[in-house]
Amino acid sequence: MGMTITQKILARHCHKEYVEPGELVMADVDLALANDITGPVAIEEFKKAGANKVFDRERIALIPDHFAPNKDIKSAELCKTLREFARSQKIAHYYEVGRMGVEHALLPEQGIVLPGDLVVGADSHTCTYGALGAFSTGVGSTDLAFAMMTGKCWFKVPETIKFIYHGRLNPWVTGKDLILYTIGDIGVDGALYKAMEFTGDALKNLTMDERFTMSNMAIEAGGKNGIMEPDDVTLEYVKSRAKRDYEIFKSDNDAKYCRVIDYDVSEIEPQVALPHLPENSVSIHEVGDISIDQVVIGSCTNGRIEDMRQAARVIKGHRVHPYVRLIIIPATQEVYSQMIKEGIMEIFIESGAAVSTPTCGPCLGGYMGILAKGEKAVSTTNRNFVGRMGHPESQIFLANPAVAAASAVKGRITHPAEVADI
Amino acid sequence: MIFKGRTWIFGDNIDTDVIIPARYLNTTDPQELASHCMEDMDPGFPKKVNPGDIIIAGKNFGCGSSREHAPLAIKTCGISCVIARSFARIFYRNSINIGLPILECEEAVDFVKAGDELEIDTDTGIINNLTSGGSYTAMPFPDFIKGIIQAGGLLNYARKAENQDV
Ligand code: SF4
Repeated sequence: MGMTITQKILARHCHKEYVEPGELVMADVDLALANDITGPVAIEEFKKAGANKVFDRERIALIPDHFAPNKDIKSAELCKTLREFARSQKIAHYYEVGRMGVEHALLPEQGIVLPGDLVVGADSHTCTYGALGAFSTGVGSTDLAFAMMTGKCWFKVPETIKFIYHGRLNPWVTGKDLILYTIGDIGVDGALYKAMEFTGDALKNLTMDERFTMSNMAIEAGGKNGIMEPDDVTLEYVKSRAKRDYEIFKSDNDAKYCRVIDYDVSEIEPQVALPHLPENSVSIHEVGDISIDQVVIGSCTNGRIEDMRQAARVIKGHRVHPYVRLIIIPATQEVYSQMIKEGIMEIFIESGAAVSTPTCGPCLGGYMGILAKGEKAVSTTNRNFVGRMGHPESQIFLANPAVAAASAVKGRITHPAEVADI
Repeated sequence: MIFKGRTWIFGDNIDTDVIIPARYLNTTDPQELASHCMEDMDPGFPKKVNPGDIIIAGKNFGCGSSREHAPLAIKTCGISCVIARSFARIFYRNSINIGLPILECEEAVDFVKAGDELEIDTDTGIINNLTSGGSYTAMPFPDFIKGIIQAGGLLNYARKAENQDV
């Protein structure tokens, strides 16, 4: 019987011809990843288990990005644990402040994750790499310790839900809007334990950066992974970055899906997810008049160069509303430097925005933009849970970078067409 | 294993930011994490919990981040077992891997009231309600997962398997 791309990658990594949904397998991992929050716990477990050497120093990535540059003494200690372990184990992919970026933007950009890979990360948004045609999923620190020791991880082969996007995208509708719409449709547990496979003509026109945004938020529907078949856009992206071989997998025509969902994207307008769940997404026209205190543009969801270009297109020639703080965080150093080259940095600074070095920072309510009681923020991040960005009585509205930029200018949630000159 | 305790009821989609807010993730100390468990939803929760108490929750418990700090905070504050309609998958893995028993049981979620005393047998999945007299059956773990639990968690399992081919 035919297999989905997810089944095929899992089968290849446990040396089988065929794997069946529901089957439990022990698979080889191509890359195991952790950050400054989950890494130290994994390292502790690794040591407690009596291990003294990682399975392969080239196949591990440790990235201090959540509370780095260190926000306080405790987080400095966590980063130190990560750094010392990386040095003593000679971990190939450790990135220090000044060279690092938010892990899920950095690893694909540096060609460390490639199509056909099986990646586990002690971070729930590890599903981002599905956009490259890799199987990647979030695990906990103990799983990560196990993977660092053995190079393996156990999985239950998931059933797959296929999402087909067809039709023409409306102006200002991006990958972010497609995924918010999808989560709004199926709910935050709509894909629980399942693989999400994104296909359809409408995706062909999406940039790699927009595809990463979609796969990134698969977890917000409970998905195990969010995968796309590689195409010309993928290969173009990977070509200049890959430093090792990779393999392209595609779903068979007779692959079995537990559900197929079809969307006509011409019916989708820019989306806003209202507090306090990503599934509360509505068309921006239904949001009403909501004044805001802060806007954040960044994160592993929307902190890539394409996101910055979209925001800059809207904000160019405008000023941030006097009552709003606009915080912009390029996800990686490469994005940061590209922003300077393209003049985007100047547009932001002149508009009255604060631009930061790469960090997760406010996305998880860490630092660099914590919300006070009762404050409202528009954010291009992925979660608007209670207290996610600060006070439990603050509110987060999730949106794409153009909506975020337009809202920063007007001081209320705003459609980009109202602000942009083009 | 048999667990006995009073229940605390929570709703659907209890996420890891509620279980342990990220602002406390600059530590890995289980006691400190436990002291903030559920604080944005039920301030003072850890102080109210007696050792052995049980959490009952709706669907998708533990959704959100992969932080193992979440099941660890729950376990360390004295909760012996979590029963929910369904669990987010990373939370499910993490709980098994660190040895926090979790059970999926619709019936228990439908019928158990806050403060009921339950007796849970995790081997059989039988949940007895000592307050109301009701009895519910949870989904048992697959054998593979039982293996991990019997070995005392994933890393002990790994150690045992070191000489064999996992
Ligand atoms: S940017 Fe936000 S969601 Fe992404 S890895 Fe960092 S904290 Fe997690």
